[in-house]
Amino acid sequence: MCGIVGLHLRNPDLHPRLGELLSGMLCEMQDRGADSAGVAVYGDPTWTPPGHGAVSLLDVTATAEEVAAAVTEELGSPVAVKVLDATYLLTAAAESEALLAAARAAVPDALVAGFGADLAVLKGVGHPRTLSDSWGLAGAQGWQGVGHTRMATESAVTPSGAHPYAVGVDQCLVHNGSFSNHATIRRELRAAGVEFDSENDTEVGARFVAHQLAQGKDVEVALKELCATFDGFYTLLVSNRDSFAVVRDAIACKPAVIAETDDWVAMASEFRALAHLPGVESARIWEPEPEVIYAWTRSTEGASA
Amino acid sequence: MSTDTWGLRESATFDRGAIAAIQRAAETGIYDIRGWGAKRALPHFDDLLFLGASMSRYPLEGYREKCGTDVVLGGRNAKYPLHLDTPVTIAGMSFGALSGRAKEALGRGASEVGTSTTTGDGGMTPEERGQSKHLVYQYLPSRYGMNPDDLRKADAIEVVLGQGAKPGGGGMLLGQKISERVAGMRTLPQGIDQRSASRHPDWTGPDDLAIKIAELREITDWEKPIYVKVGATRTYYDTKLAVHSGADVVVVDGMQGGTAATQDVFIEHVGIPTLAAVPQAVQALQELGVHRQAEGGVQLIVSGGIRTGADVAKAMALGADAVAIGTAALIALGDNDPKYAAEYEKIGSAAGFYDDFQDGRDPAGITTQDPELAARFDPVEGGRRLANYLRVLTMEAQTIARACGKAHLTHLEPEDLVAVTIEAAAMARVPLAGTSWIPGQGGF
Amino acid sequence: MTTYDLTATPLREVNTALHAPELEGDITIVNPFGAHNVAVGLNAPVKVTVEGHVGYYAAGMNQQAEIVIDGNAGTGVAENMMSGTVVVKGNASQSAGATAHGGLLVVEGDAAARCGISMKGVDIVVGGNVGHSSAFMAQAGRLVVRGDAGDGLGDSIYETRIYVRGTVASLGADCVAKEMGPEHLEELTGLLKAAGFTEDDPASYTRYGSARSLYHFHVDNTGAY
Repeated sequence: MCGIVGLHLRNPDLHPRLGELLSGMLCEMQDRGADSAGVAVYGDPTWTPPGHGAVSLLDVTATAEEVAAAVTEELGSPVAVKVLDATYLLTAAAESEALLAAARAAVPDALVAGFGADLAVLKGVGHPRTLSDSWGLAGAQGWQGVGHTRMATESAVTPSGAHPYAVGVDQCLVHNGSFSNHATIRRELRAAGVEFDSENDTEVGARFVAHQLAQGKDVEVALKELCATFDGFYTLLVSNRDSFAVVRDAIACKPAVIAETDDWVAMASEFRALAHLPGVESARIWEPEPEVIYAWTRSTEGASA
Repeated sequence: MSTDTWGLRESATFDRGAIAAIQRAAETGIYDIRGWGAKRALPHFDDLLFLGASMSRYPLEGYREKCGTDVVLGGRNAKYPLHLDTPVTIAGMSFGALSGRAKEALGRGASEVGTSTTTGDGGMTPEERGQSKHLVYQYLPSRYGMNPDDLRKADAIEVVLGQGAKPGGGGMLLGQKISERVAGMRTLPQGIDQRSASRHPDWTGPDDLAIKIAELREITDWEKPIYVKVGATRTYYDTKLAVHSGADVVVVDGMQGGTAATQDVFIEHVGIPTLAAVPQAVQALQELGVHRQAEGGVQLIVSGGIRTGADVAKAMALGADAVAIGTAALIALGDNDPKYAAEYEKIGSAAGFYDDFQDGRDPAGITTQDPELAARFDPVEGGRRLANYLRVLTMEAQTIARACGKAHLTHLEPEDLVAVTIEAAAMARVPLAGTSWIPGQGGF
Repeated sequence: MTTYDLTATPLREVNTALHAPELEGDITIVNPFGAHNVAVGLNAPVKVTVEGHVGYYAAGMNQQAEIVIDGNAGTGVAENMMSGTVVVKGNASQSAGATAHGGLLVVEGDAAARCGISMKGVDIVVGGNVGHSSAFMAQAGRLVVRGDAGDGLGDSIYETRIYVRGTVASLGADCVAKEMGPEHLEELTGLLKAAGFTEDDPASYTRYGSARSLYHFHVDNTGAY
């Protein structure tokens, strides 16, 4: 039902190539799903200028100018709006949470696809290659990106159905597989005040992790909790501003491959998405073990697993 | 019973059947395993009726005013789609569950009327390939007997995710039916109880199924249609995902679909009625733009409780391209024949009730590996009976279609149907008779 | 020597060529870049070398051919092989040798989860480790692991014989350690030799197989399900 990819660049010299490499990885996964796709890019200076908060919106009917004006008024400081296919990317010299609150108030019918400092989340309907082109993904820069190609099942193929689900500040989650007891967990989260945008099982996983993180737990603990709580087969890639983590369920039927060099760490559903990364010939390539959390952070060397 | 018992009241919850089941479990410590499909009353095709011709619609005459019954399956990708003369096909049933002669008879009967048979869990027998003009080869989680030579000999390949009797469960064959020949075909020790996988060993999920279907096509040089079969559960999503994975034909088997051996609780309590599954599958195909398309279409085969030509016609009116029969085919061959009444009694059953296929003591010699019992069954006679039955099904369906003014069975439509119960109206998505009310529309 | 470049020739064309009747000789396939279904359905006594990493089901349903993958292999390498030899120089992903009936599969590196799942007569020799649930429902054939085995080895095993040199994280239902008789040592020696491993001492291996207590449903076994 899905292909997932993730790239975490350790070597700043490669940052200018993030979009090019991520685009290649994403399009290689199009056979796993070609109805819709989503990417999250951390650190593109054009999309998300440094020091600015960013919010990605979907399902917006107004024009960019109208949205910019409305949110600027709400925030009290200038808000820029870029339209990338179906995504409206809002940026302002403010905390992303403040920008988010202003966007929610000014454009209440829009769907929030993601928010954070340096985080651009783009989602859309259509073939991954077409979307990648219309986003201009190949020209994007940054230190980290995740992507998802979707084999849609719902009758309305919508941009919001694609992953990543970015439901906490700077957080993204992409998922290959299928949870089987998420309906109950959704009810529990709702009872705790969490709101949902869709009936999608992945969204439950994403909001569960975000809920854990919001309670002060770190991503490894959050993912351990997820493994203990959710039934299903899943490979998850969870990214934060400073971290990149991969985990598989105990039975581990859904595919996952990780490759690592001194310059980058990459993860994908299938090796062929990694096959063209620079230096992959000498990369350490392995499959994550079930229920082991593999995490990389920006400030440390090597994986903590 | 004397009048002393008139005051006795049976519990509807703990009725005799429930009590017997509890007592049996307490006695044996193992679940009840049996053959056949769901036996309880369910909303089914009987709850639908056709609106025959009258003042506003005109019937066709028989004979000269043709009502076509042919169907082409798997034209989407395969070099050699299946061209069948009737839309009634024979569902997958294993050699192992059935005797070799029974499989031969199915091949004979099907070929005589120009339709297909399907192998089952255990592989392809020479008898069936020899007799069957069109043979669909099942590709199951167990992969018993799977090999590329047979794959190349097949006319179509059916990737089985599950069957209506036990969606989510794998094949089951008990030791008494693992004869030397069956054991050899399945690479199992003779006489042991077969344990079966419920998932495929090398793929899980539609994204990986897409790669597996590509592999099967590559191995067979894109010659053969690839079917994907599911037991009816979340049929709308399953159909969409099957198409996305590359299926050329989708097979949906409702809970009334039979099995040779499964836990009774699984048969009766998992899966949905065929009637509730068909419109979901059709809707999914329509939304993807592949329903009844001459180019690039994906066909739908429906099974689970098809008994008469009326069932065939109703399934097709709801949007199926073809149907498959399993239980009915066995009955046509001679299963549950009253002439064996004394024998059924000896093994604790009765003609019309016998479903202990798992025991392998079938007096009719069909669902057994016992050589003496199997020898009672004449495959030539059985083939003739099946051919008769298939012709009757086809003619019955044609009669109904002509009465509705249709020149081909596929011209039947949901608008030709009404329902006599609210449940059937909701499940089949046709109006309650005499009204224009379809319960449940507005969400599905 | 015939060479096919998968960046230049569509896979379907390559596989069709490899299905040609009376195929002979040596064939090289270059630039797979993780492609799926490479060299599937072969049925000829040829040698095929694939230079690079392959995706899923490489050498699937192989008959007679000797196929060497000079790289890693994805899910289901040599799945349902009937005869012939498949050698993976690197590592193999999940379900290596799944449901295979015959022939020899050698993985010089590690194999991942479900190595030899439902194997039906193939011989599998793994130079490194195998992942969890290996030899799940293994029916026939032999599995040799020079390294360690993950959790649930041989769960629900039938008659396959397993030889492990390293540690076994845990055994699956009905899989038990068994004594090594002279016939087993001889069998193991032969398998190692066929796979190109000649320095190991067979006596350092432990043999595992079915306890055969699940061969008939019995209430006392319900704990195993």
